[in-house]
Amino acid sequence: MTAAANDTTAVVPAEPLLSARDVSVSFPVGSRVAARFRGEERLLRAVDGVDLQMRRGEALALVGESGSGKSTLALALAGLLRTDGGEIRFDGRVLPASRSRADRRRIQMVFQDPYSSLNPRMTVGGMLRELLRVHHVVPANRVAEFSAELLALVGLGEADLSAYPRQFSGGQRQRVAIARALALRPDVLVADEPVSALDVSVQATILNLLSNLRNDLGLTLLLISHNLAVVRHLCDRVAVMYLGRIVEVAPTEEIFSTPRHPYTRGLLAAIPRMTEGAVDGSAPAIAGDPPSPLRIPAGCRFRTRCPIAQPRCEQEDPVLAAPGLHGSADSPGSSGSSGFLSSPGSVGSFGSFGSPDGAEHLAACHFAFSVVGDGAGPGRSEKRSENEHNA
Amino acid sequence: MSAETILEVRDLHVRIASRRGIVRAVDGVSFDVPRGGALGLVGESGSGKSMTLRAILGVLPAEARVTSGQVLLDGVDLVQLRGSDVNRLRGPKMAMIFQEPMSALNPVMRVGQQIAEGPQVHLGLSRARAAERALDLMRRVGIPDPERRFRAYPHEFSGGMRQRVMIAIALSCDPEIILCDEPTTALDVTIQDQILRLLTRLCHESGVSLVFVTHDLPVVAQVCRDIAVMYGGQLVETGEVREVLLDPRHPYTLGLVRSAPDFEYVRESLVPIPGSPPSLVSPPSGCRFHPRCAFVEDDCRTSETPLRPLPGGSGGRSTACLHYERTLEAVEADRARP
Repeated sequence: MTAAANDTTAVVPAEPLLSARDVSVSFPVGSRVAARFRGEERLLRAVDGVDLQMRRGEALALVGESGSGKSTLALALAGLLRTDGGEIRFDGRVLPASRSRADRRRIQMVFQDPYSSLNPRMTVGGMLRELLRVHHVVPANRVAEFSAELLALVGLGEADLSAYPRQFSGGQRQRVAIARALALRPDVLVADEPVSALDVSVQATILNLLSNLRNDLGLTLLLISHNLAVVRHLCDRVAVMYLGRIVEVAPTEEIFSTPRHPYTRGLLAAIPRMTEGAVDGSAPAIAGDPPSPLRIPAGCRFRTRCPIAQPRCEQEDPVLAAPGLHGSADSPGSSGSSGFLSSPGSVGSFGSFGSPDGAEHLAACHFAFSVVGDGAGPGRSEKRSENEHNA
Repeated sequence: MSAETILEVRDLHVRIASRRGIVRAVDGVSFDVPRGGALGLVGESGSGKSMTLRAILGVLPAEARVTSGQVLLDGVDLVQLRGSDVNRLRGPKMAMIFQEPMSALNPVMRVGQQIAEGPQVHLGLSRARAAERALDLMRRVGIPDPERRFRAYPHEFSGGMRQRVMIAIALSCDPEIILCDEPTTALDVTIQDQILRLLTRLCHESGVSLVFVTHDLPVVAQVCRDIAVMYGGQLVETGEVREVLLDPRHPYTLGLVRSAPDFEYVRESLVPIPGSPPSLVSPPSGCRFHPRCAFVEDDCRTSETPLRPLPGGSGGRSTACLHYERTLEAVEADRARP
């Protein structure tokens, strides 16, 4: 992964605000005693060598199945988990393993469940007051005023300062959680599935709020979601994670129109669509369950579920690279299976050498160069014309 | 009751006793499910969709009861039956699949036995024959290595595999209708895709009807032919799935569709539904949606709004909106926008 990291830092134009280089996080599992007898600990590698850059002001999405390590990576970036390898840089500086209070302020988090992430015994005003005092955000005589401003920012009133979390609905609690994150005037807001616990009609209000805050405050946003529709709506770039690695990263429209990693293609094809008729019981987009992170397959970790896996995938771990640029991607040859690869006319229009956005689009697949097609995935493309018929 | 209809729900009312008063969880809901058909029942939390499903199954919580209405399964009114008689129908006539397979399965019983139990009890199969049937079902729902997995416990299965076990149990007594309560909400999108495809295929193969409760509109579009939209304990719009979702005739349906981030079409910004769902202890007068409705008029606040067939509508389209033309205008305005 290190080689790829050096390459990619070279092609990102501006200095990234937040970057991860070869970051790993693992958790020991099983009994400590047994581990001592064996002489080694069993490690669950939740994040396994991740390279990621975020530019100031951009909204980056991190998507993947549960267990892919996306939340762990977010916690590590926010400094809430120790990494066991790699470095996290912020504003050109390597962040130490234990961060200073000033460093922690810069990256704030909003969690999935607003019912459990707020202290039930504290009023909203109390929570904000404590934060503002501890971090000396504003002088003591301005705390009340600033708290009210924060609530106004997220669409709540001054009267809500004296309310407890239980007096709010789910959507309002998530607003409180966002106000709490913004209280420290962070540069980066990390939102881990911020709307998954909310009802459909409430989700829209929170997504719109995040989008407005980003524009108004110039926030850099890292949005973690399993819902690609949400991501498409809110983010500039998307990084797809699988079993602790980033397997593809690209500008949002590109990842939806021309996904290069077979996993991304499958993920897109698996999304139910409103504009389509009943599924016909044909083969699913991706078969099988993800492997356990305790037993990561050798070589490419997606090969056990990959429709185009070749012998090479078992031997070589593909690096995250721009297809065609680093010689990591080539054609699987005539033995390539199924119609998965046969998207006529699309190979060559992307991934060509020196294309201006070629370097923006990275994929960790030996055959990424050939996996170019329309984002609808297998068996979906013919129905896409119906989408202008929306309400 | 025609021979073509397997399930007929007529003017169903469910009341729940709570500290704050009587909750009118289901308030006059009527719908039909044709034999071999699939109906999606959608709504937000608190709309009464799960309560409707539980009332059909006869598994309401202790504080809730059906106060009036009929649930006709193949002509038999389930509301009038005693518990033991309903029990006899669960399995061979109707089966269920719940959201959380881990809490629906018995954690201390081998998976194979849980699948074989139904056929033994309801179909009178011998132990060996039932086990054979269970193995066959495990194969049909795509559980790899069924001979070995037969002896495994639920905790040894992944979420997707557990839901496959639930489907095998549901199918084990050849039911005529399967009732699903958010069966894929707890699953990842790739696993959801697998399960939805499996469920649709198996239902087609064996001609089983489906009632599918979910809050996820695209999922309904994938699985069901018909849809019924619930709000505040009542149905507000019914019809063929794609017609209803793409061309709604009720402002609430329009609101749901507009607020859902759609994968295919990225809007400038999402349009949330203002306000919050109504209290079912003292629901608003007239149309229950009127306090949140953009097209509200005076009669909406006072008149009862039962579900009425849409003039000129095809395939049993109905709406509860008095002024559904306003929704039609909004849909057309949306469509005219570039």
